[in-house]
Amino acid sequence: MTRTPPRRDTTVLTRALGRTPHYVAAGGLAVIFLFPLVWNAWASVSAQPGTAQETGYGLGNYRTLLDYDAGLWRYLLNSTLVSALTVALTLAVSLLGGYAFARFEFPGKNLLFLLTLAILMVPYATLLIPLYVLLGRLHLQNSLIGLSLVLAMFQLPFATFMMRISFEAVPRELEESALVDGCGTAGALRRILLPAVRPGLITVGLFAFLAAWNDFIAPLILISDSAKAPLPLAVANLRQQSMGAVDYGATEAGVVVLAVPCLLLFLLLQRHYVRGFMSGALKG
Amino acid sequence: MQVKAAEPPAAARPGRLRHRVRPQRAAPPRRWSRKVQGLGYAAPTAVFVTVLFLWPLLLVGRMSLSDWPLLAGDQGGNAPENYTDAVDGTLFWPAVRFTLLYTAIVTVALLGLALLLALLVQESRPGAGFFRTVYFLPGALGLASASLLFWGLYSPTTGPLGRTPARLGLADEPVSFLGTPTSALLSTVFLVVWKFAGFYMLILLVGLQRIPHEVYEAARTDGASRAQIFRRITLPLLRPSLALSLLLCVTGSLLAFDQFFVLTKGGPDNSTVTVVQLIYREAFQRLDLGTAAALSILVLGALLLLNVLQFRGLRRADES
Repeated sequence: MTRTPPRRDTTVLTRALGRTPHYVAAGGLAVIFLFPLVWNAWASVSAQPGTAQETGYGLGNYRTLLDYDAGLWRYLLNSTLVSALTVALTLAVSLLGGYAFARFEFPGKNLLFLLTLAILMVPYATLLIPLYVLLGRLHLQNSLIGLSLVLAMFQLPFATFMMRISFEAVPRELEESALVDGCGTAGALRRILLPAVRPGLITVGLFAFLAAWNDFIAPLILISDSAKAPLPLAVANLRQQSMGAVDYGATEAGVVVLAVPCLLLFLLLQRHYVRGFMSGALKG
Repeated sequence: MQVKAAEPPAAARPGRLRHRVRPQRAAPPRRWSRKVQGLGYAAPTAVFVTVLFLWPLLLVGRMSLSDWPLLAGDQGGNAPENYTDAVDGTLFWPAVRFTLLYTAIVTVALLGLALLLALLVQESRPGAGFFRTVYFLPGALGLASASLLFWGLYSPTTGPLGRTPARLGLADEPVSFLGTPTSALLSTVFLVVWKFAGFYMLILLVGLQRIPHEVYEAARTDGASRAQIFRRITLPLLRPSLALSLLLCVTGSLLAFDQFFVLTKGGPDNSTVTVVQLIYREAFQRLDLGTAAALSILVLGALLLLNVLQFRGLRRADES
């Protein structure tokens, strides 16, 4: 933290007065940043013409959502499946990959690491068009598993980089004593290294979850069956399909359902989220 | 996906330090086995990168040179028809121009606000942590969710913003946020700035906190004013973080899709169609994957060129 040392010639009162404009600016901005979130939550339960909640406050819009097409539970299940699978794949691949890149020498190591980071350089849309064809050939078209594989691939540059620096930060002596004691490298990974790189894993998992839960363009292109749509796609479709009449209330309720898990996770794991930034920003 | 390398018996595996002590007999097979194990641990990454990145990358190149309708599949080479079709499309140049304009406006607005926010919350005054969290909160939402939220917020019938001026007697009818090309563009910019300002604030904050405060103290003792300190110390020392933010923001904005797809659907009158939206339309509305692939390759080329130029520019600035 850069802390401004208090100037000696100011009294407590003038310092407090000097801070006031700062708080007015910071507070005003905070209101602007919070307003859309608060308004949306309020609007989702309040009366609006043309919605399931025409008078008074209540959960009418959420009931519309429950009954829409394949039903809210179905879409929540799709989103949960895709997110869980993406997080699990990303964690498994980047844990092993990070270990390999940080601790082993093998032919093609630098090339593979560079290729993994190169995923960042290629636009999302450039890859999605051929992936649409490719998943068809692999019989994974219109499949939540195919979608999760693609989402995990897009997570790999950040995840592999993060896990590599997490492993590199663990002192070698820790693992070597385990190897001397007769642990294999897999045993050392499981018993010694896994606990040591746990914070890195949490950061990687959090980023993977937020990306998978919120992704829109990949399911839009890769999932054609509306019953398999993850929640963001389903809410966007709901808005378009209600026969010309637009159901704002149900959309607002959908946004609440989409946003709440992300906001809660972020508030709980804020520290881990910020660490992801530190590593990325330090590298840049 | 877990691929386990074959492991030698546990007793034959001392640590690396031991190799130097008795290298004659034991070292070569052990080094070999570490190589194999390393390959084993890296194998899942290699499979992902090969199957889901390199293969599609080659495929999109081939698709861009072939007649490839969405439903019928590969109909054989037709180079360079897809590329000429892509560039001759009526929306191609308008989309390029619009994407560049959007990128310029978003980058200036977003990085300007992010810098202001970072400066506001950088000092550890009481409440700084609270404000940091609040500014970042929209960043936890997905871009599509945020776009859906603003779609309701901007609505002329139920949104609070559109009706307020009319209620106060300042306007005759609800303000239309998405009705004209300019208002649709600016409304989308506002949404994107709201969603991402906290994200870039965090990147800049990391940079600010790496400036040693002795530097500030020295400047203050020399009688530098706040404006001078900001211009001569903060900005130059923040350059690496600003450069990273610039790179991310420009790349992200050039690839804009969700916000326009959800909020404006490219309208009014196709005035807000971005390049990536053009790829989507070509593939899934005009059902021509070949032309979509050609557009994808053009976007990839433009981005790579931009990154090279930006790296060069940064290196030159570093040398001077």
